[in-house]
Amino acid sequence: MYDIIIIGGGPAGLTAGLYSARARLDVLLLERLAPGGQVLTTDWVENYPGFPDGVSGFELIDRMKAQAEKFGLRIQTEDVSRVDLPGQKKVVYTSQGQLETKAIILACGATWKKLGIEGEEDLIGRGVSFCATCDGPFYRDQEVAVIGGGDTAVEEALFLTRFVSKVYLIHRRDELRATKLLQERAMAEKKIEFIWDTVPQRILGHDGVEAIELRNVKTGSASKKDVKGVFVFIGTIPNTELVKGQVELDENGSVITDNNMETSVPGVFAAGDLRSKLFRQISTAVGEGAAASFAAEKYVENYKERG
Amino acid sequence: MGDLLHVTDENFDKEIIASDIPAIVDFWAEWCGPCKMVAPAVEQLAEEYKGKVKVAKMDVDQNRATPARFGIRNIPTLMLFKGGEVAQVIVGAQPKNYIEGELKKLL
Repeated sequence: MYDIIIIGGGPAGLTAGLYSARARLDVLLLERLAPGGQVLTTDWVENYPGFPDGVSGFELIDRMKAQAEKFGLRIQTEDVSRVDLPGQKKVVYTSQGQLETKAIILACGATWKKLGIEGEEDLIGRGVSFCATCDGPFYRDQEVAVIGGGDTAVEEALFLTRFVSKVYLIHRRDELRATKLLQERAMAEKKIEFIWDTVPQRILGHDGVEAIELRNVKTGSASKKDVKGVFVFIGTIPNTELVKGQVELDENGSVITDNNMETSVPGVFAAGDLRSKLFRQISTAVGEGAAASFAAEKYVENYKERG
Repeated sequence: MGDLLHVTDENFDKEIIASDIPAIVDFWAEWCGPCKMVAPAVEQLAEEYKGKVKVAKMDVDQNRATPARFGIRNIPTLMLFKGGEVAQVIVGAQPKNYIEGELKKLL
C-alpha cells in the first residue's frame, strides 16, 4: 500500500510530489498524459517568481518534473477510471488494475470551458480552438475571434497577433478582467479590435469556420464577423467528475477544502485548479501542492499510529 | 522510437494512403504543448502495434501540404487511416487507452 497517490501532474501535483518524496514517503504520481497540464499551453510565463525574464511553459514544467524526480518521485502514465475514497484504505482504479493508498492528493486540474453554442462542437478541429499556442500558426494572415476577457483571453489574443492579420476580442462586459499590464498591452496592439458587451450566438461554417454571429447584450442588436478561427477562453471547469458524490464540491463543481487542503473526506487532499477558490495561478497551485503534501504527511504519520 | 515513422508531404501517400495495414498519423509541431503530452502514448503504441498498425508522426511546421489537404487546423490531431481513407479523427490530447480503443476498431 502506498502512503500517498497523487492524481494529476501539473504544477500542483508535481510540487506535492516533490515535497512527499523529500519526506521519504512512498508516493506515486498518476498522470493521464505526459506531465504538464495547462501550463504546456502557455507560451511564456511572466508571473512565476524567480524568472525575471519569464520562462516558457515547457521549460518550467521540465524543471519541476526533473526536480521532483531527482528526489525520487515516481510518475506513471495512467488514466484513473475510478476512486474509492471513504474508507481508511483508499483505492485507485486504472486500466492496469487497482492501487491501494493511505492518502490521496487530488491535483486533476481544470479543462477549458466551451461556449455551448451552435456550431462550436461541430467545428472543433476545423477552426474552433482552445489553444492559441497550438493552433495560432494555422491562421497566418487571417482574421480570428477571441472570446473572453480574462488573463488567458488577453494573453492568447496578444500571442495570436504574431500570426494573424486581425483579432476581434469579444467580451460580454464593457471592461476586461485581465491584469492591468496585459490590458495595456492589448490596448496598444493595433491588430486587436475590441467588441464590448457582446456574446457569440452561433459559429458558422461547413468544412471550416467562416463567420461568427454576435449579439450585443445591452442593445440586443445582432452582427456578424467573417473569421476563419474562433478561440475560446471563457474560463475553466474543474476536473472533478472522478470524485463527484464522494467529496464535497461547491456549486461550480470545485473541491471544497479546509486551510490545510483537506477535503470533506479524511485522508483526501486537493490542490490546484480543481479546488474551490477565486484565483488560479501556477504560483497558487504550487503553494497548495506543498501544503497538501504536508497535511497528507501528517495524516500518514497518524495512520501508522492507528495501525 | 525505432518503430515510429516520420512521414513527410513527399512520402505520405506511399506510406499512409497506400499502406496495407491501418495507419495512425500524429500531426504535431515543436511549439505545441499538448502535442508533447500525447507523444509518449503514440511512441508506446508504435511499439505495441508493430506490424499491425503503422504509427507515424508528421511535423506540420516542416510539412504544410498534407495538413492543408486534410483541413487540419488544430494540433495535436491524430488521424486514423484504413484502406487509404480517413477512418477516425481525434482532436486534442487524449489518453493512451482512448487512442488505443479507436485503433482497435480498425483491426
